[in-house]
Amino acid sequence: MNLHAVRAIYRFEMARTFRTLMQSIASPVLSTSLYFVVFGAAIGRRMGALDGVSYGAFIVPGLIMLSILNESVSNASFAIYLPKWSGTIFELLSAPVSYAEALLGYVGAAATKSVMLGILILVTARVFVAYEILHPMWMAAFLILTAVSFSLFGFIIGLWAESFEQLQVVPLMILTPLTFLGGAFYSIGMLPPIWQKITLFNPVVYLISGFRWSFFGTSDVNVGTSAAATLGFLALCIAVVSWMFRTGYKLKS
Amino acid sequence: MPDPARAFLLQDRRGAPVVAVTALNKTYASGLTALKNIELTIHHGEIFALLGPNGAGKTTLINIICGIVNATSGRVLADGHDIVRDYRAARSKIGLVPQELHTDAFESVWATVTFSRGLFGKPPDAAHCERVLRELSLWDRRDARIMTLSGGMKRRVMIAKALAHEPRILFLDEPTAGVDVELRRDMWQLVRRLRDSGVTIILTTHYIEEAEEMADRIGVIHKGQLIVVEEKGLLMRKLGKRQLILHLQQPLTVLPPGLSEHPLELSDDGHTLVFTFDANRRETGIPGLLRRLSELNIDVKDLHSSESSLEDIFVGLVSERA
Ligand SMILES: Nc1ncnc2c1ncn2[C@@H]1O[C@H](COP(=O)(O)OP(=O)(O)OP(=O)(O)O)[C@@H](O)[C@H]1O
Ligand SMILES: [Mg+2]
Repeated sequence: MNLHAVRAIYRFEMARTFRTLMQSIASPVLSTSLYFVVFGAAIGRRMGALDGVSYGAFIVPGLIMLSILNESVSNASFAIYLPKWSGTIFELLSAPVSYAEALLGYVGAAATKSVMLGILILVTARVFVAYEILHPMWMAAFLILTAVSFSLFGFIIGLWAESFEQLQVVPLMILTPLTFLGGAFYSIGMLPPIWQKITLFNPVVYLISGFRWSFFGTSDVNVGTSAAATLGFLALCIAVVSWMFRTGYKLKS
Repeated sequence: MPDPARAFLLQDRRGAPVVAVTALNKTYASGLTALKNIELTIHHGEIFALLGPNGAGKTTLINIICGIVNATSGRVLADGHDIVRDYRAARSKIGLVPQELHTDAFESVWATVTFSRGLFGKPPDAAHCERVLRELSLWDRRDARIMTLSGGMKRRVMIAKALAHEPRILFLDEPTAGVDVELRRDMWQLVRRLRDSGVTIILTTHYIEEAEEMADRIGVIHKGQLIVVEEKGLLMRKLGKRQLILHLQQPLTVLPPGLSEHPLELSDDGHTLVFTFDANRRETGIPGLLRRLSELNIDVKDLHSSESSLEDIFVGLVSERA
């Protein structure tokens, strides 16, 4: 195991994060605050409690998931796309680094950043609403699992993308709609029955539902199913990324 | 001395080959065959120059050895390790300065050099990194962001990154392209110092003079084929053909019989004579030719000499082999 390399990649990526500290931290905090002002305070006051949870508190887990999904994907995809684009990837390809080690460095850093962000939003939210976390261990597990899975997913997109446009398109056209339709701001029970069925094909539903369960003990889908779906997604990403690496997909000619 | 014994002694003196390339082929996905059946052995501690025109396959060969491009078939051993099966051991011995300047923009010089060391599996060693940066006159700029450096400095940063993990084999892919005279001289000195410390160096170049100045051995690659690998001195003698071009006052229709003993060619329009000679010989035959021309009352308006171009040499070598 080339631990020096893992550490070098991880530190390099974290340094990139801290160089753009304002962008990395201030902007999600700001947008989260705006969500709370608009949804929590302005609209939430007119909404009744959902599953016995005030609307302001109800959207906390959804908001965190929304940010984590976007941040993980954009971070990890950018982390590997950038060296591909600038050509500095040659160094990684010529280094005595296994694919697992490269992944550990890049995905580890992207996931770390996402988890830090999740905690930051959690703390920011506390300023606006009171909430409790019923199952903190589960909460942490879902948080980390989601951050890792979607960082991997982002890594795949970064490997696949051949332009900055393609890099943006997946988060924008797929991830954002899936998250918004995944129950970040509402309970699936509020939808017409037919949409309740269709919505179950959206993987993000399981993430948000499970995560929300860890906060309030209530959920749209069974928490076991949520955990299984998240792990399944992780396994799928690992399978795809190892196939990409094995074939040198878009990395080696 | 019988041949096998001599070969053994030579082998013994040089030790095991540092890089051994066997039956290497590369066809890109586009269908283009960039390398054809390359066989090459690089000896420990030598400076080896790969000489060839644009598109010959120099970078492809280097990139395969360094693990950036997959070979289509064939085998490469670096320091005795198979570059595919045993890539860790092989790659940790190799440093690469690529042809293109691919650098990070926002990182500092120091950060990027220590990053490279870690990436290649070496524990941090500030003293070594400092030595490398000082040697490349980058120490004063260690905290500068790479994007604020000039092109020549960026190239030095690339070299520093390649040396950060103390490689035993160093590949320099056109190290002097776009580099001013002074830096070029510094670079050559550095290469010699590295060689003296036991590093094997493989560099590519378009320039015969550069290969001549630097290398112990030279390999000429053309259209994906390694057409000669030779000790420098031997090859330079082969490559030493030059031409003298004589522009005539009055065009000639045919080469006068009185000039037949000279290696001359008349251009189609009859205005120029091309005289081919060997620059390495003491007797070039030029004075004799000029005397003869004046005896024949052939007036020369202008004359200049030219080295045979790399392309000419390749064509010559290829046809020689055929
Ligand atoms: N990724 C690639 N896909 C397809 N063809 C390629 C690729 N890289 C290089 N080639 C082709 O392979 C041939 C050899 O290229 P290579 O870069 O190895 O030449 P070179 O000797 O390094 O040339 P130069 O002196 O210009 O650097 C060229 O015809 C080039 O167009
Ligand atoms: Mg090249």
